[in-house]
Amino acid sequence: MIAQDESRRTAQPKDPHAALARARGPRVQWFAYLYILPAFLIIGIFHILPVGYALWLSLQSGTVRRFQFAGLDNYVRALTAPEFWSALQTTLFYTLGTVPFTMALGLGIAYLLFQKIRGRSVYRTIYFMPYIISTVASAIVWAWVFDPRTGLANYALALFGIPAQQWLIEPTGIFKLIGESLQIGVPGWAEGPSLALVGIMIFAVWQALGFSVVIFLAGLGNINVEVYEAARIDGATGWQVFRYITIPLLAPTTFFILVISLIFSLQAFNHIFAMNRSAAQQLGGPLGTTRTLSIFMFQALYEQNRAGYASAIAVLLSLMILGLTLLQFRVLGNRGENA
Amino acid sequence: MNRDRFRKQFGNLLIHLTLIAGAVIVLFPFVWMLLGSVKSYNDATTAGFWPREWLWSNYRDAITVMNGSTPCQFDAANPFAILEQCLLLRYFVNTIFVGIAVVLGVLATSVLAGYAFARLNFPGRNALFAILLMTLMIPFELTLVPNFVFMTWFPTPESWLATTFGFSQEGIHNWINTYYALIVPFTASVFSIFLFRQFFRGIPNELFDAALLDGATHLQFLWSVVLPLSKPALVTSALLTFLGTWNALMWPLLVTNSPQMRPIQVGLTQFIGEAGTQVQLLMAGATLTVLPIMILYLILQRWFVEGISSAGIRG
Repeated sequence: MIAQDESRRTAQPKDPHAALARARGPRVQWFAYLYILPAFLIIGIFHILPVGYALWLSLQSGTVRRFQFAGLDNYVRALTAPEFWSALQTTLFYTLGTVPFTMALGLGIAYLLFQKIRGRSVYRTIYFMPYIISTVASAIVWAWVFDPRTGLANYALALFGIPAQQWLIEPTGIFKLIGESLQIGVPGWAEGPSLALVGIMIFAVWQALGFSVVIFLAGLGNINVEVYEAARIDGATGWQVFRYITIPLLAPTTFFILVISLIFSLQAFNHIFAMNRSAAQQLGGPLGTTRTLSIFMFQALYEQNRAGYASAIAVLLSLMILGLTLLQFRVLGNRGENA
Repeated sequence: MNRDRFRKQFGNLLIHLTLIAGAVIVLFPFVWMLLGSVKSYNDATTAGFWPREWLWSNYRDAITVMNGSTPCQFDAANPFAILEQCLLLRYFVNTIFVGIAVVLGVLATSVLAGYAFARLNFPGRNALFAILLMTLMIPFELTLVPNFVFMTWFPTPESWLATTFGFSQEGIHNWINTYYALIVPFTASVFSIFLFRQFFRGIPNELFDAALLDGATHLQFLWSVVLPLSKPALVTSALLTFLGTWNALMWPLLVTNSPQMRPIQVGLTQFIGEAGTQVQLLMAGATLTVLPIMILYLILQRWFVEGISSAGIRG
């Protein structure tokens, strides 16, 4: 093979490696298509094809056995269903109640871990553990913590003289509950997420914390040490270094975690399913106050067997996720690998 | 000078105290689960911390409840029967079998594709790679319903062959409630292809030239030179893939409907209903499913953590 390549050349190259590189360079290696074929078959059938099919399905009514063209009916039905908007609101509550806390705590812990302390890897292992453990198993434990009769959460509240709560089976909004105990009237629009959803959010923050710690740690490691040294020499205090050097230089990582967390909270399913089940609630209960968009879509497919309607909801959900992804690309540009 | 050192040590102490407090909060549910799993019902439902009596039999009872109130018995004459009869074991076997099959599939498809994208020349290489990367933006929810419909269409190969050639009158079975549905759709991963491509690009050209001069084919070079050098990428890809199938819930819920096909997550959601208010049994069941992955994590924690931070993805 090499002799053939070299015989084509008129001048003998001096460096055999350069000759090899040139020989390999422009030639087309057709068998490469065989190498990528298996991956493309699977991804084509189960990831790319379904996108088109989902769009088609979203225009159909009927069940899996027999579809009928229904135009934009499913979309109209979804967008006019009060459940859709309340699911969107629940998703929004869930996002606002988990993402900022996960990020702030994650950054704080990562920053402390970054201070060249002893046992860093032990702490890291511990903080990351909830992220590894299966959601259903940890939901079982957390549902017990929030059990109204025997749970630790009410035990802890009692230490502060706060009456026992119903937690995962409480559909009343948290701000309304707080307002009632302080005897302040809270208007309906300001009720906030149900206490059941708050319980699930606490569980979700506990689980996702390790992820944000690990990513923030990686981001902190990417900051040039010399910048810190220069700041120290100029007499900056610890807080000033954190506020004026770490935070701005960490911005790409922070933004990356923000968008990823937003996307994952739009997709939230496992936590809610497992916690509902553990608290003996219907999916999305109590009174539908933990029904996020993913749950709403799953119910349309799994409980009502309406594949077209579920697809329409999935398309709407995907548009939101896609918007966030595009925003990420736009802001981060080529710096996406920073995290 | 002395004062500076004191301040520094005091600062370190504060950091440690904060981190330990956080670690206690993070670990507490695990401790509570382990303690709860050996308590009696009365102990578990009153707020004492330690169990008054250590009821190891909770584990056996949890397994029995999970098994539909029939105890799992080991029969020395027929040692493999227990895998059929004991649902907890069956769940584990399902999960591990599916996990290993998916990991092997992902590694095979991703190593080949990653190698092609990293080292081979072919028309459309960049465009095809860009298409792959774009599929990362497709949310799982969008493909869920179509893939579910596909599962009701696709015939299992063995039932199709048997029916077509007249060996069986049972008819063609679709992929619902089969391992095919749990395995095949997940045997390719864009993330892993990307990971291997990046890794293979870092392998020096000189190695390739040496192999080429020795007359090695690409497959030989890939198998005997590249793969032994790619252990970190292989481990990261395998671990993240395995974790993904281990934690999957929505898809197995949709495509399995008999206890014999359930993976552990779905089995556990079923168990929640069966154990009802028997908290100690719930904790024992949770412990039994958590321990294997926890041990795996403690042994391989460096790989898990570095895999996630290099990937920036959630399992």
